[in-house]
Amino acid sequence: MCLAVPAKIISIEGTTAKCDMSGNTTVADISMVPDAEIGDYVIIHAGLALQKYDEQEALETLALFKELADKPDGP
Amino acid sequence: MNLVSFNDPQIAGKLLDGIRRAASGTGTIKIMEVCGTHTMEIGRLGLRSLLPENVELVSGPGCPVCVTPGGVIDTAAELALGSGVVVSTFGDMVRVPGTRTSLEKTRTNGGAIQIVTSPLQAVANAESNPQKEFVFIAVGFETTVPVVARAVTMTCEKNLENMSFIICHRLVPPALDTLIADRDIGISAFLLPGHVSAIIGTGPYAFLDKEGVPAAITGFESLDIVGGIHAVVTMLAGRHSGVVNRYPRVVKDSGNSHAMKLIDTVFRPVDAVFRGIGTIPQSGLALREKFARVDACRKYGIKIREHAMPQGCACGAVLKGKIIPDKCPLFATSCTPDTPVGPCMVSSEGSCAAYYRYER
Ligand code: SF4
Repeated sequence: MCLAVPAKIISIEGTTAKCDMSGNTTVADISMVPDAEIGDYVIIHAGLALQKYDEQEALETLALFKELADKPDGP
Repeated sequence: MNLVSFNDPQIAGKLLDGIRRAASGTGTIKIMEVCGTHTMEIGRLGLRSLLPENVELVSGPGCPVCVTPGGVIDTAAELALGSGVVVSTFGDMVRVPGTRTSLEKTRTNGGAIQIVTSPLQAVANAESNPQKEFVFIAVGFETTVPVVARAVTMTCEKNLENMSFIICHRLVPPALDTLIADRDIGISAFLLPGHVSAIIGTGPYAFLDKEGVPAAITGFESLDIVGGIHAVVTMLAGRHSGVVNRYPRVVKDSGNSHAMKLIDTVFRPVDAVFRGIGTIPQSGLALREKFARVDACRKYGIKIREHAMPQGCACGAVLKGKIIPDKCPLFATSCTPDTPVGPCMVSSEGSCAAYYRYER
């Protein structure tokens, strides 16, 4: 039930944003992510944006996973 | 901006090798995945069969509808039948059996049940139908609490007298505390729920470090889950503990401060019953006095009773990670998704439903 999915903000009106969720348009309340802007991805759960998606952090985590995977003799 | 995929099978394969190496020097490792969405994904990926024999994954109490007391469902059913109230709730709730009935059966019998994907939708319905009374059954963990808090404040701001709430939220950290105290279960580590953590951050899990139980906050793609298991297994092998955040693309260590502030404005923590587990101190929420007028229990004079689990159902032991679902005598015999006996078989995220679908 804690399923939450990323969607891209297309337009903002007050605390409501129109978002693109893999091709479908959906509306979300963005009052909990006041600095979100058009073009940002937000994580939506039950009609509310929980948090912004941070692409830089995503790339860093992926790099960390790669590094850990390539450690030949370490755990 | 783009979304980054966390599904590379090659990296996942190498991390699994790393898990095998790290676990070769340890005793049995029991990792509890707390979140129902993780349970479903682990089943779908067939991950259990890829892990070394001494690494066990057990499912925890992370299906909110599974831990909602049956008395809540009975109460909602009574309200929906003949009291002129429209009961509105999430789709996950409708098939879960209460003690006497489910909301799905209640609807077939003419009860006014409305499924919504957001409590904000319930508020909008109440606003456009002022002649009708609406009650929203609010279940869910910290992920879902902010949107309900938002719905509560909107109801008050708009002065909607026909909208009220039955609050059955549950909190994750107090449940984990209770589970690790139960030495019979013997949990070695946790995979922590990504979207609960997006709200609360890492702070509320600090007690796990004191207890020496390593934990990883984990996302929901295949590499996330394997990476989370890798993190806790290597911590156990190196005798480290602590909480690592492997989902920083969504989870900030401080959580979402706006959401936490709103939650604290609207709710206060209270002791609460987890169905099948029992009362856990400070694991639930109640509306603060300032919002008492949207409390459906006060408005309609309702008292929610707790009842025993259905006869023969081992959901309590399943939710605590004491047994895996196929050890329940009713599993896949009298209890199936079409004829569920306990809540864990009916909710799409229930452990028994996940096992039935993927691991039989
Ligand atoms: S198999 Fe059915 S009866 Fe047994 S624990 Fe699971 S839900 Fe309960």
